[in-house]
Amino acid sequence: MSVTYIDAIREAQETLLREDERVFLYGQDISSFGGAFKATKGLAEAFPNRVFDCPISEDAMIGLAVGSAIEGMRPIIEMQFADFSSIAFNQIVNQAATHFYRTGMPIPITVRLPSGGTPGSGPFHSQSMEGIYAQYPGLVVVTPATVSDAYHMLIDSVKLDDPVLYCEHKFLYRWLKSKKINGDYLPIGQARIARPGKHATVVTYSAMVHEAVRAADRLQADGYEIEVVDLRSVKPLDLDTVLASVARTGRLLALGEAFPWGGVTAEVVAKVTEEGFHLLDAPPQRLNARDTPVPYHPKLWAAHRPTPESICEALRKLLSF
Amino acid sequence: MTADGEFLRSAFQAMLKARILENKLSSLYKAGKIVGGVYLGRGQEAISASLGTSLIQGKDCFAPLIRDQAGRTAFGEPLIDCTRTYLGSVEGPMKGRDGNIHRGRPEMGMPAMISHLGAQVPLIAGMLFAKRLKGTLAGCVGATSVGDGATSTGAFHEGLNLAAVEKLPMVVVVANNQFAYSTPNSRQFACADLVERAKGYGIGGFSVDGTDFMACASVVGEAVRLAREGGGPQMIVAHLLRLGGHGEHDDGSYVPEAARSGHYGRDCIEVAMRQLVENGFATADEILAWQDETAEDVQKAVAQAQQEPSPDPYRENWTALSTEFPISTT
Repeated sequence: MSVTYIDAIREAQETLLREDERVFLYGQDISSFGGAFKATKGLAEAFPNRVFDCPISEDAMIGLAVGSAIEGMRPIIEMQFADFSSIAFNQIVNQAATHFYRTGMPIPITVRLPSGGTPGSGPFHSQSMEGIYAQYPGLVVVTPATVSDAYHMLIDSVKLDDPVLYCEHKFLYRWLKSKKINGDYLPIGQARIARPGKHATVVTYSAMVHEAVRAADRLQADGYEIEVVDLRSVKPLDLDTVLASVARTGRLLALGEAFPWGGVTAEVVAKVTEEGFHLLDAPPQRLNARDTPVPYHPKLWAAHRPTPESICEALRKLLSF
Repeated sequence: MTADGEFLRSAFQAMLKARILENKLSSLYKAGKIVGGVYLGRGQEAISASLGTSLIQGKDCFAPLIRDQAGRTAFGEPLIDCTRTYLGSVEGPMKGRDGNIHRGRPEMGMPAMISHLGAQVPLIAGMLFAKRLKGTLAGCVGATSVGDGATSTGAFHEGLNLAAVEKLPMVVVVANNQFAYSTPNSRQFACADLVERAKGYGIGGFSVDGTDFMACASVVGEAVRLAREGGGPQMIVAHLLRLGGHGEHDDGSYVPEAARSGHYGRDCIEVAMRQLVENGFATADEILAWQDETAEDVQKAVAQAQQEPSPDPYRENWTALSTEFPISTT
C-alpha cells in the first residue's frame, strides 16, 4: 500500500478541516467535483459548508481570503494552476504581504499553487512562480519535494500566522509515492540533505530534487559523490545548511525549474558567494529552465527544463575546475 | 424613507469635522509639514458621512477609500488616528510605516486601504464571508467606497460579482466625482449611469445626487437596511464633483468651468446646513457651536501628533513576518 504526493495534500487538508474550525477551502471546482487534480476529493461531503466553489476570480479569491483572515479564519485557497495566480498578484503581494508590517495584524492564509511543468501542458499551465513571490517581503514560500513534506508542510503552512505560498509540483502528484504519508518531520525553514556526497553540492527544491538525485546516481559510476540539498522552503532560505554542504564539497550548482533570469538559484549563488566565497573551489554554477515560455510539445518541454543529462553536464563542468 | 433628525445631526457633524480637519491638513501640507500626498474628500462629505453613520462600529465592517474622512469619522475613527498618520507619529496606527489615507484598524472592522483601486471590494466580502462561517453574520453589513475610476478595475468587477454569488450583505458606494485624477468620465466608462452595472451583477442599485445631503442620508440608509435585512449586495452611485485636485499637489485646473459652476459644483456642506436649518433639525447657532468645538478638537489632534516622536530607523523592527524562524528569513 503506497500513498502519493497528492494523497498527502488531500490528507493534510482533511486533517486541518477536522482539527481546526477556522480552516475552510475556497477555489475553483474544488467542492463536489473535488478539484482539477482531485486534491479535495470527498472533502466537501465530509465537511459541509467548509469547502466552496468560487467564480473564476483569482483576485477576488485572495481578497476574500485576506478579509476572512482579518476576521480570524485560516483559509486555504486553491489556485487551479500556479500560472493563474498572476491575476491575484496584487492581492498577494500588496494586500496580504504588506498587512502585518503595516498594521501589526498577520494574515494567516495559505495559497496552494499547483506548479511546474508536465508534458503537454504548455505555456500557461506549467509555470514555477516561487521566485517571484519570494522576492516580496512578508510572504513565506514553501516547495515540498517529498510525500511527507507535502503533508507536514501544508499542515505547518496553515498553522503559520503569515501568508504562505505552498508550491506543490504537479509532476509529483501521482508519480511520487511513499510507504506512509507522515514520515520524517522537519520545520519550515530547515533544508534537508536529500543525498549525501563530498565532491559537489546541488542546491535545489521541489521536483528538481528528484532529477538531481538521478543525475547524482549516474555520476556515481564515474566515482563522483554528489550531495543534494533540498531547500524545502525557498523563503525562508536555510543558508546554514547550504553553506555547511558547500564547506564539505567546495563546489555549488544551484538548480531550479523556473525561468533563468534571477530567482531562487540566483539568490542561492549570490548568498553563497557573499558569505561562503572562501569555501568555493570553483565558480558556482546555475542551471534553470530555458529563457522561453514553457513549450507544449513533450519533446520541447523535456528539453526546456533541466534533465538528468543537463544536470550531469553542468556537474561535470563544475567538477572539471 | 427620510432619515431621522438624530441621524442627520450626527452625519452632519462628521461632515463638519472632516471638512475642518481637511482644511487644516491642506494648510499643513502647504506649509511643508506633511511628507507625501494629502487627499481630501471635499464635495464628497455628504455621501461618505451618510455611509459611516449608517454603519455600527464593533458590528459592521467598513473599508474607506481616499475621500472618506467624513465616513471614517462617522464610523468612529478618532481624529488623532488621522493626524498621527499624516504627520508621521510613531504612536499612530501605522507607526510611520504607511501614511496619509492608507490607515485603518482592521481589528475594529476598518481595514487599511492599499493604493490599488477596487482591492477592498473582495476584502470586505471576505470579512463578511468569515462572519457567516463563524455564525456571527446576522444583522451585519460590510461597506466600502470607490470612485468612478475604480469601477474600471478587474478587482471591482470580480469582487462585486463574488459578493453577489455569495449573497453577502455588502454595500458599495461609488462616488462618481467625474474625474479619476485627471481622466474624465468620458474616458472611463461608456454607460449612461454606472448604476446600470448593478443589474448586470444581480444586485440592488441606487443612484443619488451626492450634493443633496438629505437624499444621500435616505438612499444610503435604505441600501444599508436592505443589505442588513438579507437583500444581498447593494450598489449606490453618488453623482457629484470633486471640489479640488486629486491631491493637494494638484490644482485640478483640467476641471472645466462649466462643471465647477454647474449643479454638482455646489458644496454639499452648505446644502446640508441649509437643509438642517430649514427642516428644523438644527439651528444656525447650534451649527456655529459645532464648528467652534470641532476647530478646537482638530487643533488638539494636530498639536498632539506634532509633539509625538517620529519613527526611529535604528529601533524599527525591520521584519515583515510575524513568525520568527530559527534561521535567516531574508
